Amino acid sequence: MLEKALHGSKLYWAWVIVLLVCIGVGIAAYINQFNYGLGLTGMSRDVSWGLYISQFVFLVGVAASGVMVAIPLYLHNFKEFGKIIIFGEFMAVAAVLMAVLFVLVDLGYPTRVLNVLLYPSPHSMLFWDMCVLSSYLLVNILIGWTVLGAERKGVKPPNWTRILSYIAIPLAISIHTVTAFLIAGLPGRAYWLTAIMAARFLASAFAAGPALLIVICFIMRKFTTFKASDKAIDTLAKIVCYAMIANVFFFVLEIFTAFYSNIPSHMASLEYLFFGLDGSGQLVPFMWTAVVLAFVGLFLLLVPKLRRNHKTLIVGLVAVFFACWIDKGLGLILAGFVPNSFEQVVDYIPNLNEILVIVGVYGIGFLVLTVLYKVAVNVHEHGIAFAHSKDREIAEGADAADAAE
Amino acid sequence: MAARNEDRERSRDGSMERRTFLKAGALAAASAVIPLSACTVEGAAGAEGETVHKVMKTRQWGFVIDVEKLNASGVMDKIIQACHHAHNVPDTGDPKTEIKWIWEDDFEHSFSDIDSEYASERVVKLGFPLLCNHCEEPPCVRLCPTEATFKRGDGIVVMDYHRCIGCRFCMAGCPYGARSLNFFDPRPYIDDPNPDYPTRSKGVVEKCMLCSERIDQGKEPLCAELSEGAIIFGDLTDPDSPVRKALSENFTIRRRVELGTGPCVYYIANGGEAHA
Repeated sequence: MLEKALHGSKLYWAWVIVLLVCIGVGIAAYINQFNYGLGLTGMSRDVSWGLYISQFVFLVGVAASGVMVAIPLYLHNFKEFGKIIIFGEFMAVAAVLMAVLFVLVDLGYPTRVLNVLLYPSPHSMLFWDMCVLSSYLLVNILIGWTVLGAERKGVKPPNWTRILSYIAIPLAISIHTVTAFLIAGLPGRAYWLTAIMAARFLASAFAAGPALLIVICFIMRKFTTFKASDKAIDTLAKIVCYAMIANVFFFVLEIFTAFYSNIPSHMASLEYLFFGLDGSGQLVPFMWTAVVLAFVGLFLLLVPKLRRNHKTLIVGLVAVFFACWIDKGLGLILAGFVPNSFEQVVDYIPNLNEILVIVGVYGIGFLVLTVLYKVAVNVHEHGIAFAHSKDREIAEGADAADAAE
Repeated sequence: MAARNEDRERSRDGSMERRTFLKAGALAAASAVIPLSACTVEGAAGAEGETVHKVMKTRQWGFVIDVEKLNASGVMDKIIQACHHAHNVPDTGDPKTEIKWIWEDDFEHSFSDIDSEYASERVVKLGFPLLCNHCEEPPCVRLCPTEATFKRGDGIVVMDYHRCIGCRFCMAGCPYGARSLNFFDPRPYIDDPNPDYPTRSKGVVEKCMLCSERIDQGKEPLCAELSEGAIIFGDLTDPDSPVRKALSENFTIRRRVELGTGPCVYYIANGGEAHA
């Protein structure tokens, strides 16, 4: 099926080449980092995780695109999602792949990564995260590829794919939960030490993942033969809306607990994010942008008229997506290290080399996404053509029968 | 260039020694064959052939630091230099990438949770020696995905520098800022390498190992030895040990006790005349 990705329009190839250039630049930057060490990033002994781990945490969330389509389809038999489920699953594949790559580029001694398998340590959440992420990746590739293969041949997919689809649902919940547990169980990092962290991860994932999926559905409507139905898009947009409401609500809960309790360590990171601390406030403009984006996005998604208008819908979805990105892909990890163990604020400014590595990883993710989507769209196309020709045959058959009479 | 290669060779030799040392250390800790002159040691079941982490808990080494005495003696800088030299700790010259095994900070930063703006002038001026607390319940050990950091039977939280993948989970989890990453090859930043101790490679995390190499030879940690009596070292589980004696006689504080990590470095807060 992969050969289908080798035939495309000029625009398709231009996009692929752009991604390949990004990947090339990223690989070169990574080789640089591999040779020199993590000193080529903006990270320090005080802010010891930076944009790599932030992107990892955010992209695990984007993988929720799969499960948010799967739950209505498989648990509520919402048939409208039957056509887009494959795109949700393939997006999950690309997102988890990027997430794993971000962990890999973040390692100080990457050639030893297999030590995680060689010395499995169940007391470490990172071990469990590796287990659930790799299982989820594998399950989604297996389901997506098999179902698509069956569709291409015009046969029913094997039954085990359906069983696996049910297994994928709790597995999807677990990737967000365990990723939240990575940071929620650290003593001394007050911003992360909150029982609602996993719930926040789920809420923001359920908003950001499907939001991106809908936006890509619109892009596919424009450039490909795959047209997601209005009903599917509207339902998915409602899911994004409610998930985002929960996400914002959970964040407000954090703010209440921190500021009403008046416990300095719990307030410090939030103060740093929204007002700056000790004269340092590099994330302040980002966080307020996120606030505006979140509320604009919610307004556009909540009002039915605006949600059904595709122009305002897209604006709303993009707003929600970037609000989630700033909250989780920027603020959450970075502010956890502020202030440090000595009540000092140490700034983190990503290095250019680090940003190029990030561009490279996103390039790989989007290339995988593009190729998988291209294959899926082509298979659908043929499926439609096949069905049409069948219709024609039936119609012709009927005509012939009429003529015979 | 030749000199650098030599360093590498030396470190490679050192690494080999390190491996055997880790095993030897575990055995020594488990079978308690080399008692410290300063402490009584209860015999523990022999653990020959057992892996390092399955070693029976026999002791919990700890420090009681008389901060005022230490400040008065003025040996802090000497201790830091001696420790960092003995353990090949590089001097990167940049606070963002610096590697610290033992260092000094003021009360405000060391004890930010109990600091007050009305703290006594005497306390504000003091320099507090900071190092790994060799916690009873170390978060770093719990978080490590490869067991590259683990707690020995005698309570020392050590690192296997050949297993660490540099994920820095331990750095995020340590509430004491006691862990440092080698952001680049540390060897060019070691002025005068000590051939008897291994150097580290880029990308691994390191920290104070409580002079486990000295303890295994029956010696006190270097900082305690050089402190002119201001840093008391011993077994916290032994009621007759010098640390327990110091703890029973003085009011002491520890850093961030509320987190439940069980830090094993105590600071005498009443010091001064009471202890002179």
